[in-house]
Order: sequence, then C-alpha cells, then structure tokens
Amino acid sequence: MRRYRGHFGSFLLSLLTHLAALITVLVLGFLVAYILGRGIPNLRPEMFSLTYTSENQSMLPAILNTCTMTILSLLAAIPFGIGSAIYLVEYAKKGSRIVNLVRVTTETLSGIPSIVYGLFGMLFFSGKLHLGFSMLSGALTLAIMILPLIMRTTEEALLSVPDLYREGSFGLGAGRLRTVMCIVLPTAVPGILSGIILAIGRIVGETAALMYTSGTVAKVAGLFDSGSTLALHMYKQASEGLYTEQAYATSVILLLLVFIINFISGRIARQITKGR
Amino acid sequence: MEQSYKKRARREKVMEYVFLAAACMSILCVALICVFLFANGLPAMGEIGVFKFLSGKRWKPGADIYGIFPMILGSIYVTAGALALGVPIALLTAIYLAFFCPKNLYRIVKPAVELLAGIPSVVYGFFGIVVLVPMVRALGEPWDGSGNSMLTASILLAIMILPTIIGVVEPALRAVPKSYYEGALALGATHERSVYTAVVPAASSGILAGIVLGIGRAMGETMAVIMVAGNQPRMPKGILQGVRTLTGNIVIEMGYAAGLHREALIATGVVLFVFILLINLSFSALKRRKKA
Repeated sequence: MRRYRGHFGSFLLSLLTHLAALITVLVLGFLVAYILGRGIPNLRPEMFSLTYTSENQSMLPAILNTCTMTILSLLAAIPFGIGSAIYLVEYAKKGSRIVNLVRVTTETLSGIPSIVYGLFGMLFFSGKLHLGFSMLSGALTLAIMILPLIMRTTEEALLSVPDLYREGSFGLGAGRLRTVMCIVLPTAVPGILSGIILAIGRIVGETAALMYTSGTVAKVAGLFDSGSTLALHMYKQASEGLYTEQAYATSVILLLLVFIINFISGRIARQITKGR
Repeated sequence: MEQSYKKRARREKVMEYVFLAAACMSILCVALICVFLFANGLPAMGEIGVFKFLSGKRWKPGADIYGIFPMILGSIYVTAGALALGVPIALLTAIYLAFFCPKNLYRIVKPAVELLAGIPSVVYGFFGIVVLVPMVRALGEPWDGSGNSMLTASILLAIMILPTIIGVVEPALRAVPKSYYEGALALGATHERSVYTAVVPAASSGILAGIVLGIGRAMGETMAVIMVAGNQPRMPKGILQGVRTLTGNIVIEMGYAAGLHREALIATGVVLFVFILLINLSFSALKRRKKA
C-alpha cells in the first residue's frame, strides 16, 4: 500500500485492472462450475443408448454423428489447407499477386459468420449439388469454414522450420518436392496437428452452419442422411424448453469435449516451444 | 540418366501446380459464396425494392411485407451493448495479463481465457437461458419484460467476445518495445502510470483491431443470441424488451419459409455478409497499418 502514497490515480488504475481480471475469471469459473454442477447429476446411462426417442433423449447418435462430421470435414479440408500453405510458404514468390489474393480471401473466409456459411451450404451443397439435408452437405460446409484455420496454422508451422533444414536437403541433391515432403513437412507436424485439433473444436461446437445443411434428425446418420451433431442436439433440447435436464447433461459432454481438445492442443503447442 | 532427370523435373512441375490449385481453393470458395448469396438474395431485394427492404420498419411475411430495418437496428444495438460491457473488461484483463499477472497465476489464467474461446455458442446460449434470463427478469421486475431482452443478449455477447478481444490485444501490448515502459519508469512514473500512459497508447492500433474483431464476432453470433433475445420482429423498444437480430431472423424463419419469403431471408444474409465484409476490411486495414 505504501508505494501508492501520493499516487491515488495509480492506485485506482491498479484496482480497476485487477477487478476486471477478477471479473473475467469469475465469469468463466461460474459458467463452467454451474454447467458441470447442474449437469453431472443429470447424466444417466440410458442417455447413451443407440436409439433416440422423445422419452429417452439419447445423445449417443448425436455423438456418433459428431464423429462422422468431424472426420468428413477434416478429410475435405486438410489436403487443401496443407497444400495451399505449402504453396504459400515453399513455392510462391513473396508479394506475388496470387499470394495476396489468397491472403485476402483467407482473411475474408475466417471472418464470415457461421450462419452465412450455413446459408451458402444450403444454397450450394444442399440445393445446387442436390445433396439435400445430409451429413455430406454439412461436412463440406464446415470444411470451408475450417479451411482458413488449418491454412494459417500450417503456414506458421512451416515458417518456423529453420531454413538450414531446407538448405541441407538441397545441398544433398534433393529436389524441392522431396525437401518439402521428407524434410519440412515432418518437422512441422506438431504445429499442423495443433491447428487440426483447434479445427475439431470448431466442428464440435458448430450449430448455425449445420442447421440447414445437415439437418436435425436424431439418428445415426450415413453420408447422405440427415443427422444432428451433439451441439445441434443440445440446441434443440435447450430451445424447446422441455428437456432442460437433458440439455444440462448434453452440455456437460460438450464442455468435456472442449476441455479435452483444448488440453491436447495446448500440450502439443507446449511441446513445440520446448523443442526449440 | 537423362530420362530420369526429365521425369523428376516434370514431377516437380506437376506438384507445384497441384499445390497452386490447393491455394486457389480459398479464392474459389469466396467467389462461390459471393455468387450464390448474391444471386439468390439480390433478386428478392429488387422485387421488394432495395430502399423498402433496408429501411422498412415492418416485417410481416404473411402479408408479403419485408422490411429488415428493425433487425438491422437490433443487431447494432445488441452489438453496441456487448461492446459497452465487454470492451472495458476485456482491455483491462489483457493489460492485467500482460503487465500485472504473476507468472504462476498466468499459467492458470491464460489457458482459462483460451478455454472460454473454445466453448460452443450453444453452451453459452444455454447458460444464458438458465442463468442470465432469470437474472435480467428479476432485475427488470419493477418495469416489465420477460428476461428475454436486448440487455440479456448484450451481456451474453459481452462474455463471448472477452476471449476474442483479449487474444488480440494481449500480444499487441506485449509487442510494444520494453524501452517505452522503462523510459516512463525512469522518469519517475509509477508502474501503473507507465503502463497506461506509455505502453497502452503505443498499442492503440492493435487494441482497435481487437475491438473490430469483437464487433464482427458479436454481429455474426447466431445461436446464443436467439436463445436469449426474445426475437420479436419489431422496432426495438427498450433494453428490457425483446429484439431480433439479422442472424436470428435467418435461422428462425428459414425452416418454414418459401418463395419470396425465403429469398428475403437470403437477402437478409446478404446484408449481414456485407456488414461483416466492411468490418473485416477495416480490421485488415488496421492490421496493415500496424505493420507499416
């Protein structure tokens, strides 16, 4: 307290700053604690049965659909994301027109709200390509949504590979392709992986982009069937107002998924910085 | 020997084009999104009348009256409310994390804030329904309101944009050269004064970029908002009354809309898209200025 004597303004600022940080932490803590506290008692084993009925709001179909959705979207987005990052970092001349265009469009993509993706998916994949309400349509929509995320993290990972590696490889007579595939890419794997895990987080939590592309049927869905993911399943439960207890339970599972995803990606990120 | 060299050179060339094609994917996606949204939305806007669509105060699909002015205002009000509540707290928290936080605590608080960013919007929305709505209802008891209101949506969005803004502002603050802080300290300023008068102004473009990103997030948020905002399609009447946002308008009615109604909803999406594009353009302009 002594150091603030005669510095009332500074004392006030310090107080405000600490207060704000406290609010942030308390809000987060309260949110998580509240959901877990109210949700865990509502978790019941029958919520994990294979079939969904309106009496038994089983979330297992939705969980399985979430897995399908994640895998499909990643399959569609990863080749393009990594390929384009490789082009930007390893091949393109800096400041060329195409690079600038790719950067501007990627930034645009990362700022588009998910409902606009949903509209586009509904018009293009479900409408124009006649996929209807289907997992495939939803997954392709999400693939576009996570593309900029995967691109950016892969780019950063590639940029952090020291040039020494590339020069060594060239010096031994390897071509550019071989250098990229055998030397640069394997070194960048942890960075790319943490980006992919972040992308999984977005897929798991997404609702607005899926509502009118993959639809909301609560069944285990194949590629061309409509099926709701866990987040959509929870939206239905919460907004109808009839299944508040079940919604608590579902949100616990969603939160746990997010925890796990965050933990793994943080772990990988720390590994990278430690390795350097 | 000659043969295999040629083959290798050709493979190199082919793969370069493959990577180039992958890079063009994002360009293609943006082009497709623009084409499909505009092609499906603009005709409806033309049919209704651009001016009537944008400034019409009544939205009555049953009577073929489509005016989205209430929703535009709703989006702006809710976003403004979220900024008013969220920005001060986010900025101060970022400053705390960058300059006040003890190292041990930082290792807990920082991941916690990142976690806040990863929580799905439905979970936020649900939290809004079970905690914020009753809270606001109790708060507004003497006046009126069901708790599903502009205020509730603003509070919820304020919470949701906290990690977004903190995530941009904290690195911007850390990027300010240490000499600014040390110089101020050497002139006899207190720690707080050095931080707030020397370092924070130097990071102003980064701070602005964070706020702009927060605006984009708040304006584009859909599910969490419709779960707590009440969604009445009428002119906003007060902070304790329900509002409908542009995003909400699309999601709520798209399920059963057909014909001109459906196209009007897509046109709503176009308006939202243009709003967000403008916000993003200013964000990247700010980022470029920061680099220069």
